[in-house]
Amino acid sequence: MKEYLRFLYRCFRVSFVGDWRYQLWMLLLTIFVLLGVNAWARQFVHGLITTGMTDQVSWGLFIANFTYLVGMAAAAVMLVIPVYIYRNKELHDLVIFGELFAVAAIIMCLLFVVVDLGRPDRMQHMLMRFNFPMSLLTWDVVVLNVYLLLNLHICGYLIYSRYRKREPGKWFYIPFVFIAIVWAISIHTVTAFLLVGLGGRPYWNTAIIAPRFLASAFSAGPAFIILTLMAIQWFTSHQVPQKAYMTLRAIVVVAMSINVFLLGSELFTEFYSDSAHIASVKYLWFGIHGHDELVPWIWTALAMNLVALVMLYLPITRSRKLLAPACILLIVGIWIEKGMGLIVPAFVPSPIGEIVEYTPTLNEILICVGIWSFGLLIYTIFIRVTLPVLSGQLVADRIFHTTPNAAEEFAAANNGQSTQEVLS
Amino acid sequence: MRLPVLRQDDAGGGCGGCPPQDAPDSRRSFLRSTVAVGAGFAALGAALSPLADLDTDKVFAGEDFFREHYKELTAEDKARLFADIEAQIDREYGVQATVGDPRPLPGVEFVYALNLSRCDGNRACVHACVKENNQSREPEIQYIRVLEMPIGTFELERGNQYYSEKTPRPGHFYMPIQCHQCANPPCVKVCPVEATWQEADGITVVDYDWCIGCRYCQAACPYWARRFNWTDPEIPSDEINPDMAYLSNRPRSRGVMEKCTFCLQRTRKGRMPACLEACPTGARKFGNILDPGSEVSQILREKRVFVLKEEVGTRPRFFYYFDELSSRTTEGVAS
Repeated sequence: MKEYLRFLYRCFRVSFVGDWRYQLWMLLLTIFVLLGVNAWARQFVHGLITTGMTDQVSWGLFIANFTYLVGMAAAAVMLVIPVYIYRNKELHDLVIFGELFAVAAIIMCLLFVVVDLGRPDRMQHMLMRFNFPMSLLTWDVVVLNVYLLLNLHICGYLIYSRYRKREPGKWFYIPFVFIAIVWAISIHTVTAFLLVGLGGRPYWNTAIIAPRFLASAFSAGPAFIILTLMAIQWFTSHQVPQKAYMTLRAIVVVAMSINVFLLGSELFTEFYSDSAHIASVKYLWFGIHGHDELVPWIWTALAMNLVALVMLYLPITRSRKLLAPACILLIVGIWIEKGMGLIVPAFVPSPIGEIVEYTPTLNEILICVGIWSFGLLIYTIFIRVTLPVLSGQLVADRIFHTTPNAAEEFAAANNGQSTQEVLS
Repeated sequence: MRLPVLRQDDAGGGCGGCPPQDAPDSRRSFLRSTVAVGAGFAALGAALSPLADLDTDKVFAGEDFFREHYKELTAEDKARLFADIEAQIDREYGVQATVGDPRPLPGVEFVYALNLSRCDGNRACVHACVKENNQSREPEIQYIRVLEMPIGTFELERGNQYYSEKTPRPGHFYMPIQCHQCANPPCVKVCPVEATWQEADGITVVDYDWCIGCRYCQAACPYWARRFNWTDPEIPSDEINPDMAYLSNRPRSRGVMEKCTFCLQRTRKGRMPACLEACPTGARKFGNILDPGSEVSQILREKRVFVLKEEVGTRPRFFYYFDELSSRTTEGVAS
């Protein structure tokens, strides 16, 4: 126990050490987090009127980011499956980066739900009267929190074992790995069902949403991991085998192809039948009665997704130079499609036919930026402490055992130097 | 790739080229990080500064935090709680209000029937509702929406909710929509904290002190009947209706959902809903469907009634009908 606390303390210390690029990245993220905290404090004092949401469009950017990030949390599983089911040993260490991202993504999800609440001061009511199993929102609370715990346990255990130079006990984590695989699918399914089950919203009331969720998640998540691995390789001495990229690329290609196919199926069904139910779809893709705020967004998303898909099909993305832009296009494309494209149009027109458009306010955007920055901040810290552990520099029996000697820490820190991702 | 060897650059290092074993150097780096952490906390404090404006009478109102769910309140709890709420209303609006808790009457299930042939879109019902139910004037909250629809369609999208005062407009009919008090309410099903439920007389209510403001019910409602308090509601003190009920028209707080309750503060005491009383055309009918002699029972038996969006399976207790006298069939017979 004492040893474990010391491990946490040392991780804490290490997370402050890095070169100027690391410090700058962390400083920027911290500034954005604080801007977000400030915006949220304002929202807490004045109410959700500080957002662009209305009675007509009653869910906006917060829930959009929430649904998107639930998808991203799947990234972990797409690394876990090749390693544990197909016994692809080379990727073993990389699984941890995926699972750490799942932890960060779920924390962001939970924050997005909290900032969306009109009365966050009453959250304890959830514990006192939990409408389970009737309300899908309670299901979501359960699956997200369990998924968070599963991933925290798996990577926490693996990293700590490595730190103590112990062989991880198989029974302490392998069963959880398999549970987490199933669980990752459940978090998407439940989040999709949250929307799908509403008979009064024809835009969501379609069985294809859950499969589409899975497909888009299984492409955007691994794409993000590809970028993370590139950043790790770029900024640190940690070597990532080429095979890791290729495996992930293959996953992204397959998932993205399915995603585009499902999108096509949906669009065909809606537009060919051309019933009154397509008002929302029409609004999204072409605009109705002169209201077309989302149209440029969704076409941009479609273009990004298609360009990314074509790039990924071609051998040019075997080189990392082109793989990165393809992944970025795909991540942004799916963010628009899954976020704004899935949530907002369901509210336009309103159930009684009123067309009110939604534009997020600056305050709302700042809160989103703050949460994203917080997520990236903790993910960076996770990676920052994990790398020296994995490379055997931060281990229990070395460094300032009796006399605290920061020099040792330097040595430990050196190898895991600054793990900025994305910015490169 | 750019590899570790970053001692020179290292922000923790400071002096370029110093051997890393240099103890004072590391002490300096520790100092530096302490300063950084201090600055971080200062920045966090600054970021949280808007919280200073928080009106704690509205959000963290003392025992509000420990308030129990309506269904768990005993008679004494209620007496104490209602007195508290009355005192708070007095503080805020200077009005002596009475907060009651009329329960559903046995053998009663309320039903609304609305005669579309009669409604002329004057919106007296909307104004009466706002006044009776202490709805926020700023931002405006109304439970009833009246759609001006061109004759020949039932597509709600073609209705206009913001038509001018001069009604009726030729070639149009008017369709008021409010909470349909569904027998199979999707809004109740989705609430994660059981803050909304259907009572024995069919009225779906909200415990405003339990709602966490997730707005899932608003997304679930096919009739757009729920309204959210995006900020603190504003009601002029002289317009407060002092005859209140806990589950209906007492003033709401920010961040919670509200909706039409068929004026349960009136109807459970044998009065008619405010919207009905205000309607000059007689288009609105209300009563107990379990009583075969009631007007609504007669209407449901004899008129050609229909419900809105029957296909979503919510089984509304709000029926629309047309008078046969003015219908095309009758005209056809006459000519």
